[in-house]
Amino acid sequence: MNEKKSILNSNALYTLIAIAIGFLVGALFLLVAKINPIEAYTKLFTGVFSKPKFVVWAVIYASPLIFTGLSVAFSFKTGVFNIGAEGQFVVGTLAAAVVGIMVDVPAVIHIPLCILAAAAAGSIWGSVVGFLKVKKGINEVLLFIMFNWIAFYLSNYVVNLEVIHKEGGGEATKDVLESAKILLPQSVRQLTGCSNVNFGIFLAIIAAVVIWFLINKTTIGYQLRAVGFNRNAAEYGGINANRAVMTAMAISGGLAGLGGAVQLLGMSMRVSQFATQESYGFQGITVALIAGSNPIGCIFSGLFYGAMKYGGSKLSLINAPSEVVDIIMGTIILFIAVSHVFKKLALKGKRG
Amino acid sequence: MGKTSHIDESTVTIQMKDIVKKFGNFVANDHINLTVHKGEVHAILGENGAGKSTLMNVLYGLYRPTEGEIFVNGKKVNIDSPGKAIELGIGMVHQHFMLVQPYTITENIILGMEPVKGLQVDLASARQKVRELSEKYNMQVDPDAKIEDISVGMQQRAEILKVLYRGADILILDEPTASLTPQEIEELIEIIGHLTADGKSVILITHKLKEIKASADYCTIIRQGKYIRTVNVEDVTENELASMMVGRDVEFVVEKKNITPGDVVLEVKNLHGKDYRGTEILKGLNLTVRKGEIVGLAGVDGNGQTELVEILTGLRKGDSGEVYMNGENVFNWTPRALFKKGISSIPADRQKHGLVLEFSVAENLILQNFAEPEFSKKGILNKKSIFDHAKELIAKFDIRPSGCEERPAGQLSGGNQQKVIIAREVTNDTDLLIAVNPTRGLDVGAIEFVHKYIVEQRNKNKAVLLVSFELDEIMSLSDRIEVIFDGTIKGGMAGKDADENTLGLMMAGGNQHE
Ligand SMILES: Nc1ncnc2c1ncn2[C@@H]1O[C@H](COP(=O)(O)OP(=O)(O)OP(=O)(O)O)[C@@H](O)[C@H]1O
Ligand SMILES: [Mg+2]
Repeated sequence: MNEKKSILNSNALYTLIAIAIGFLVGALFLLVAKINPIEAYTKLFTGVFSKPKFVVWAVIYASPLIFTGLSVAFSFKTGVFNIGAEGQFVVGTLAAAVVGIMVDVPAVIHIPLCILAAAAAGSIWGSVVGFLKVKKGINEVLLFIMFNWIAFYLSNYVVNLEVIHKEGGGEATKDVLESAKILLPQSVRQLTGCSNVNFGIFLAIIAAVVIWFLINKTTIGYQLRAVGFNRNAAEYGGINANRAVMTAMAISGGLAGLGGAVQLLGMSMRVSQFATQESYGFQGITVALIAGSNPIGCIFSGLFYGAMKYGGSKLSLINAPSEVVDIIMGTIILFIAVSHVFKKLALKGKRG
Repeated sequence: MGKTSHIDESTVTIQMKDIVKKFGNFVANDHINLTVHKGEVHAILGENGAGKSTLMNVLYGLYRPTEGEIFVNGKKVNIDSPGKAIELGIGMVHQHFMLVQPYTITENIILGMEPVKGLQVDLASARQKVRELSEKYNMQVDPDAKIEDISVGMQQRAEILKVLYRGADILILDEPTASLTPQEIEELIEIIGHLTADGKSVILITHKLKEIKASADYCTIIRQGKYIRTVNVEDVTENELASMMVGRDVEFVVEKKNITPGDVVLEVKNLHGKDYRGTEILKGLNLTVRKGEIVGLAGVDGNGQTELVEILTGLRKGDSGEVYMNGENVFNWTPRALFKKGISSIPADRQKHGLVLEFSVAENLILQNFAEPEFSKKGILNKKSIFDHAKELIAKFDIRPSGCEERPAGQLSGGNQQKVIIAREVTNDTDLLIAVNPTRGLDVGAIEFVHKYIVEQRNKNKAVLLVSFELDEIMSLSDRIEVIFDGTIKGGMAGKDADENTLGLMMAGGNQHE
């Protein structure tokens, strides 16, 4: 293969172009808002990279996003669009919180227990939708959105239960017990100067590798991909497509649930009453799209999004709206989606 | 069939000069020339993977040529999109249909140029126009049928109508007859006659030499991407065309040794079933296939053969009846269970059922067998053995280009996609092989080859059920021929006693002895 051509054809180039366009569009908005884009982008950049501590924070922000990104990317591979990662993330958080607060066991048991509870909760949340889709033929996008809201209200309900609610007011639960937190040892926390440094990122990387392996190297992945690409041929070949969809939803939901656990046990430590949806799940869609649904790619796009989110939170220091980050990310997916359409058309031409 | 075209040699409509098209380092078209006149039917002939579809995709603006020039009506043009091609009056019916699945035939035909009334799509007048067109050209379609529900034949007719609806002057038909019945082919050739009488030009890609003889003025031969020559069809015989294309002599007759059929492998009793509309289409069908026997099922499309095969392979549920496979009733089992029981099949629609186009050739070749110990252990795929398996089959079945193990199947030429399926299903080596139009879209060299493999299965004492619209194919391969009409078996005869007329009559619903 001609090397120049293969680079031109690769997804990476389209993605980089989309990112560049995203920043350009963001700059336009800043200009309209009478803010110097160079100044804002400098702040965004230095807000992340000027101190090691900031970098660590960006990574902490990234970990749950890598999980929700993996969740969505995995669902794409099976031809389902898991727009319900949001709800699965929320129930995962909730399950981890309940176990983290109510069960008092040593850390070696407590942490895995919380993480498992979160994965199971997310997985069930995804499976129920998978089940309704497969058995009752209900459109999964509608179901996912409904289940996002059910999770949202369920969470607000549980937060206010007396056994779990923070004593003495406040719109949140108690903190999880020390034994449930996934923080790195005190020495590391001191060294980095970041009180929340945790091993969520390692879990995320492991998850990405496992998912990559599952998709590409196992018979389960083979079946899921076959169903995702061409359900008719998969069924013709004897693959049970309905079961494949259920499996995919269970795994996808579990991944989003894990994201909830990492966010809770490593960062927030408690569940607060939500006013609006938190959007980790929706941001996972962006992460997956930027990664081109590649699990390993999700690590990098998750880090990118995490950095943008963290850096964006500092924009208010120069009176720039942090929403510009959302505009940039939105533009990026828009252009990635457009490039997909072009590629689809090109592929169509190939047939025949 | 008499020659029906109306060539006007003084007016050149299309001229392609020294077209080169490369995919990476692979040269799919290597300096190809093509001249088409007004009212001409110009055939393009070449083996599977020779570069015919590629050349046409260049003309239709789907591919940009690496080198070369195109002239339309004497003017040099730059066709950079199908939209541009349509503007220039070029229309194309693709080898694999480009119809949008959840829509109806009418909706597909008008897609992109919907007639509007106020703010609404005027579906009624569109439907009316589609009806008129289909009546004018004698093409039976149900304007309201959904694409996913209709037969390959009807999809093809919808595609042709779609191009006509757009008012093309130059029609590119990429293997339009591959899925049509002999009657429909004759009708199509008549339609082509009407079109050329109207001053339209037709570029026809087909592997069927008979059709070229019957309809084309000129024929351009391509071999491995290279331009061989353009001949006046009147001056050459079918055999000469075949050897020009393949570069060697081709055997048209299949060698079959004598064997006596053994035990019954498949027995279908009083089978009833519905088609996609929910109308009963199988009305108590009975059929047996024995060991060491090829049973050819002849019939006009739409008489229940599709549904029969779908029921036998588990893709559709039958209403009632019995299906015995090696003595066990397997009626309405799942595809997997039926495969395990010994039924494999070459499906009618290779892109819908046969292949996962995004999968590599190697991955496609293990579609039913990925869980076998040879290809995976404890749920982990063994990439090396999967690759080696593919390598072996690619060599054995001459799937081109060689070394395509890791390529997405969708990048292979149509005929080579078909070879991938045949390689897989024949290698499964089950007790019963159901082959539905197995040579659809194959060049004569490849057909010879596939026929050899089907006969070899039979010689190995396996049972074969051959469903084909090609009477020639049915007659040359079958030990016994059964004719399906209106959901039952109308009658049968030994393969060696068959003649086209009697078969044709029975397929039209007539009786065997009159
Ligand atoms: N998009 C593509 N990328 C890479 N190779 C391609 C692509 N499209 C076609 N090819 C290769 O170019 C060659 C010619 O393909 P083409 O589809 O033109 O063959 P064809 O003559 O139409 O064959 P058939 O009779 O089987 O349809 C084949 O070897 C095919 O694998
Ligand atoms: Mg072709």
